[in-house]
Amino acid sequence: MATLTYETRALTAAESQRQAASVDRRTRLFNRCCTGVLIAFAILWLVPLAWALDTSLKPNGETTNPTWWIEHPTLASFRTLIAEGDILNWYAASFITSTLVAIGTVFTASLAAYALSRMRFRFRWVIFWFILIGIMIPNQVLVVPRFREMASVNLLNTYWAVILPQVPIAIAVFVFKQFFDGIPKDLDEAARIDGAGFFRTYRQIVLPLARPAVSAVAIFSFVWTWNDLLWPLLALSNPKIMTIPVGLATVQGTYGIRYADTMASAILGALPLVLVFLLFQRRIVEGIAGTGLKG
Amino acid sequence: MATTIEPPTVHTPPPRTRRVMSTLREARPNGHGRPALLFLAPFLVLYVLFVVGPAIYGLVMSFFDTSMVTSGLGTFAGLDNYAEALSSSDFWTALWHTLWFTILTTPPLIALALVFALLAERARRARWFFRLAFFLPYVLPSAVVALIWIWMYTPALGLLSRTMTALGFAEPNWLGDPDLAMVSLAITTVWWTLGFNFVLYLAGLQEIPRDLYEASAIDGAGPWQQIRLITLPLLSRTTSLVVVLQIIASMKVFDQMYIMTQGGPNFATRSVLEYIFDVGFTDFRSGYAAAATTLFFLAVLAVSTVWVVMTRRQEPEL
Repeated sequence: MATLTYETRALTAAESQRQAASVDRRTRLFNRCCTGVLIAFAILWLVPLAWALDTSLKPNGETTNPTWWIEHPTLASFRTLIAEGDILNWYAASFITSTLVAIGTVFTASLAAYALSRMRFRFRWVIFWFILIGIMIPNQVLVVPRFREMASVNLLNTYWAVILPQVPIAIAVFVFKQFFDGIPKDLDEAARIDGAGFFRTYRQIVLPLARPAVSAVAIFSFVWTWNDLLWPLLALSNPKIMTIPVGLATVQGTYGIRYADTMASAILGALPLVLVFLLFQRRIVEGIAGTGLKG
Repeated sequence: MATTIEPPTVHTPPPRTRRVMSTLREARPNGHGRPALLFLAPFLVLYVLFVVGPAIYGLVMSFFDTSMVTSGLGTFAGLDNYAEALSSSDFWTALWHTLWFTILTTPPLIALALVFALLAERARRARWFFRLAFFLPYVLPSAVVALIWIWMYTPALGLLSRTMTALGFAEPNWLGDPDLAMVSLAITTVWWTLGFNFVLYLAGLQEIPRDLYEASAIDGAGPWQQIRLITLPLLSRTTSLVVVLQIIASMKVFDQMYIMTQGGPNFATRSVLEYIFDVGFTDFRSGYAAAATTLFFLAVLAVSTVWVVMTRRQEPEL
């Protein structure tokens, strides 16, 4: 506030100070109102989640009760689900596929991006554009041919059917390439002059420096794979190896009026992602703000 | 490119110069054909097998009478599949539903996200709380969101149904009324995905230089004037990005309909992707589904092209 370097109107120092003070007070009041309004909206936004949690802790018979107050709090619904359902299998399926996709995507995309960023070779432009096209092809348009492809090699109803198609994410190559381009070339050129090969330079110099890009790509490919519905729904029909969204979508309705059980399954499905969110909040937000990644 | 190369000795005749230069380029440590291939191969192999390959296969299939239950492409159908899709009222209805969904979700998703971001920007405390409240739903799987909202909309028992009756309104049949079902799905979607736009806007706001506000405050501008004359114009880049990403995402809508209404009631909420899903995997008509997919892809491509042109213009690379 104190750095008044220009003078557009002839204000005396006292006058301008008085004006600034009143504006300051007005602004502070305004800001406080803004916070209040937004807190109201934020609470409103949390209501569905809170209500789901609330319902899941009631006994099934009590869910018709229109209150937030739980008369007999119980974890019975969670116990039933774990005991009788396939939910643990779904957890395993989601965890295995998402983790492998995240590792595969980080590995393949960063290698490709390193070549595009640091090496000189023929057809570099062609390959760059060839991969750029991939950003424009939404996964959803590939399900019909992919289904036949997977059926013809007998991979349907295996984890591979979910993992393999999700690994080549074109946008990941661009996230890495952009990041690598921002790392000064002198660093790895020095290493190369000292005799390090391309792979060592990539592994020991460029990749460690690109940790933000690595974590952004890993988190996003993990969450995308975890949340994907359309493709795994088609590829997996065996309840033992379904991922969480597919499992939940299939049992949706089979619980009938057991609302507490239904909400408990929703809470269990949400839990891992809530954890991911709480742990990596900052990285996720930075990833979106920096690249506009969207599922 | 390759400007660092030493000029070749002057007495070499011009036609040979080029060859010398190219051999020089191969020989110097900067011609990296083989390592480049090794580095690119893992990605490219998977990319060709599972993205480009299926895309081409799908395009070919769209000209054939391919069926899900038989192997092979089936008989050549020319443009029949396309003609059928373009003259099918079901296809056009599904397209309209997708468009209607886009119209219902895009304006609130942008306006609310912008307002919330503007408010959050002025809040000094509780930022983490806002991020939690608005962004947490976005990372949840669609199936979880759908289960929660089916419960919210449950007739007579759901929280929303009850709230409406408690406020003295007639209870709306949220998911059962063909006219209302899409609106209900839109409300769910706004709740679910608003956080994404919110975060983009917050990032956009942070890029606006502080001193612009300080200078205008000294000139006596109130908060409202600052928003109108400084913030909004400087956010236009973010807004155009948000709009296009939002439209593309809305065009691809499938999950909410599939789980919450199964495209009903009476097909009132069947989106294009669900139509493709139905004809491809319930009617087993892969060829026809592929043709419908191609038409859908052309629509998405048109919008994505706008996006690429926009972002390319902003930051040239390579």
